[in-house]
Amino acid sequence: MNRSTTLKLAGLAVVAAIAVAFPYVYSSPVNTNYGVYGLIFVTVASAWNIFSGFSGYISLGQAVFFGSGAYTVGIAARDWHMNGDGIFLLLPLGAVVATAIAVPFGLIALRVRRHTFIVITIAVFFIFQLMAYDFWFTGGTIGLPAPFLPWQAATFNNPFYFMALGTAAVTIALAWLIRRSKFGLQLRAIKDDEDRALGLGVRTMRVKLSAFMLSAFITGFIGGVWFLYITQVLPSSGYDPLFDLTIVLMAFLGGVGTIAGPVIGALIIEPGRLWLTTRSNIGWLANGYVSEILLGALFLVIVLFVPRGIVPTGREWIKKLRSRGRPAVSPTGTAERATPAGSRR
Amino acid sequence: MAAEIYRAIADGILIGGVYALMAVGLTLIFGVLDIINIAQGVLVVLGAYLSYSLSARLHLDLFVGLLVTVPAMFIIGVVIHYAFIRRLRGQERTAMTLLVTYAVALIIEGILYEIYGPNYKELNATYVTNSIHILGFYLPYIYLYGFALAVVLVAALYALLYRTRFGRSVRATMQDETAARLIGIDVNKVAAITFGVGVAVTATGGMMFGATNGGFNPNSGYDLISRLLAIIILGGMGSIGGALAASIFMLTVESLVTIWSPQWAIIVFYAALVIVLVVRPTGFFGRAPVRAQ
Repeated sequence: MNRSTTLKLAGLAVVAAIAVAFPYVYSSPVNTNYGVYGLIFVTVASAWNIFSGFSGYISLGQAVFFGSGAYTVGIAARDWHMNGDGIFLLLPLGAVVATAIAVPFGLIALRVRRHTFIVITIAVFFIFQLMAYDFWFTGGTIGLPAPFLPWQAATFNNPFYFMALGTAAVTIALAWLIRRSKFGLQLRAIKDDEDRALGLGVRTMRVKLSAFMLSAFITGFIGGVWFLYITQVLPSSGYDPLFDLTIVLMAFLGGVGTIAGPVIGALIIEPGRLWLTTRSNIGWLANGYVSEILLGALFLVIVLFVPRGIVPTGREWIKKLRSRGRPAVSPTGTAERATPAGSRR
Repeated sequence: MAAEIYRAIADGILIGGVYALMAVGLTLIFGVLDIINIAQGVLVVLGAYLSYSLSARLHLDLFVGLLVTVPAMFIIGVVIHYAFIRRLRGQERTAMTLLVTYAVALIIEGILYEIYGPNYKELNATYVTNSIHILGFYLPYIYLYGFALAVVLVAALYALLYRTRFGRSVRATMQDETAARLIGIDVNKVAAITFGVGVAVTATGGMMFGATNGGFNPNSGYDLISRLLAIIILGGMGSIGGALAASIFMLTVESLVTIWSPQWAIIVFYAALVIVLVVRPTGFFGRAPVRAQ
């Protein structure tokens, strides 16, 4: 094992230790609440990244899976009269339903590319939101309540924290494995040039659909966790257009297509957003409209000044620091490839 | 029953004209700059609020007010392009422009909330409330005026694109940006003016939206943008005539389904988009995409 691998493993161990220790050190529910939300979004942003980040198909329909996972758990718990800790057995069902939705969704949407794909995902998203409003079994505008969990208020958040932490860890590990595998290579080939990948024998539809379904499975599962945690789902909260854009922003802030990027992005944005909307007691900030303007300005700053994301930009800085004084060696012009010839304005 | 159907078709066609006014800006910007302007929905609402201020404070006629709002929105468009859109390039441009225009939408929405508050406003004029009796049913004058305005504006945009020197450079940029640059077209200027024109046309769409929608507030933009996107995809992205045709088609479908069930009408709207794209991925009037190299 060389030095850099040892360092990386040690760093990973430290991060894992901090994550496990967090609810014991900062044990008040206010703090663990940040943890639960942060980890839910780490999971979703990483799941989004496995499909959209690797393949380049920017999906704005991730909330379809999130909301469907939540609604599945809610409807099943209501119709099968389940309560108590047993309802957690429904989480895999939510994930399976979300995956089943991803099949027709993907078969339709993945036929088209780029902008058209984005708009189809938005359209499918709105179809699901409207169905949640109008079907007879979804509870309409008042949504669905989650079964009551007779847990103590002081430690209520902790099981959810560890559930979200476990899901996030599995998702990150999956993303890492996929990125190193042939499957991940095929996904990235699709991002670079789909027609050429097809010509070289990549079964593009099958690869895209598999990644889409995997992403849906994880998102549906964590959607169920989120539902049991906040104990209610509404059409406007389960299928939330802001949700879709926020996870894209998280991935972009950290670095699309990297493993750590979406994790870092989610851990910066979600607690920040939560603090802005719930806890900030600076007078003019507490005004909801001002915080909306601030959020928009933050978006702009991120996209205009850190366009490639924290992780790739940070890597470049480290490289520069290491090669200080000496001319940087750039094998076969990797540095120049940042601006491809086909780029427009 | 038959009367209801005729009525629904007439409504669909006329409201389709209003939607065309909102959608042509979006499709024009897409065609030339290759970006989806998520802020379009909020820009429509901004146009409506500008018209509202002019008519409520200065008592200007809605159509006369357009002489002020259209140039104002043109400037806003050019500024947005100059400050934010121009800077974006590279591989992830598609997604980044989405995020940037969404951020612009959030900021404009926040400012509108600050100024006007969350209460619903409506544009008023005699021709908004009065109706004309033709072919057995009553139609508000504003629908007829709006439809006429839509047809005139689409024709004017066609004239601009196909009969002027500027239009030729716009079309050259649409076809091949690098080649356009090589023969001396200032591509950045073309893009900025196109963005401005796209937003300026939206001012008229905003005025019509404010007069026909039965109330609007700063939040109305979100529902709009998804409908407008569905329309321009269906019409073939970048096609101005396609936007008009798709608006009329979609709104007629929606208005016909409303007879049967108002709450499912909007789903049919999106479902129509999905079905059409399964059969014809480039929309009604879209050209097959050139493979990017």
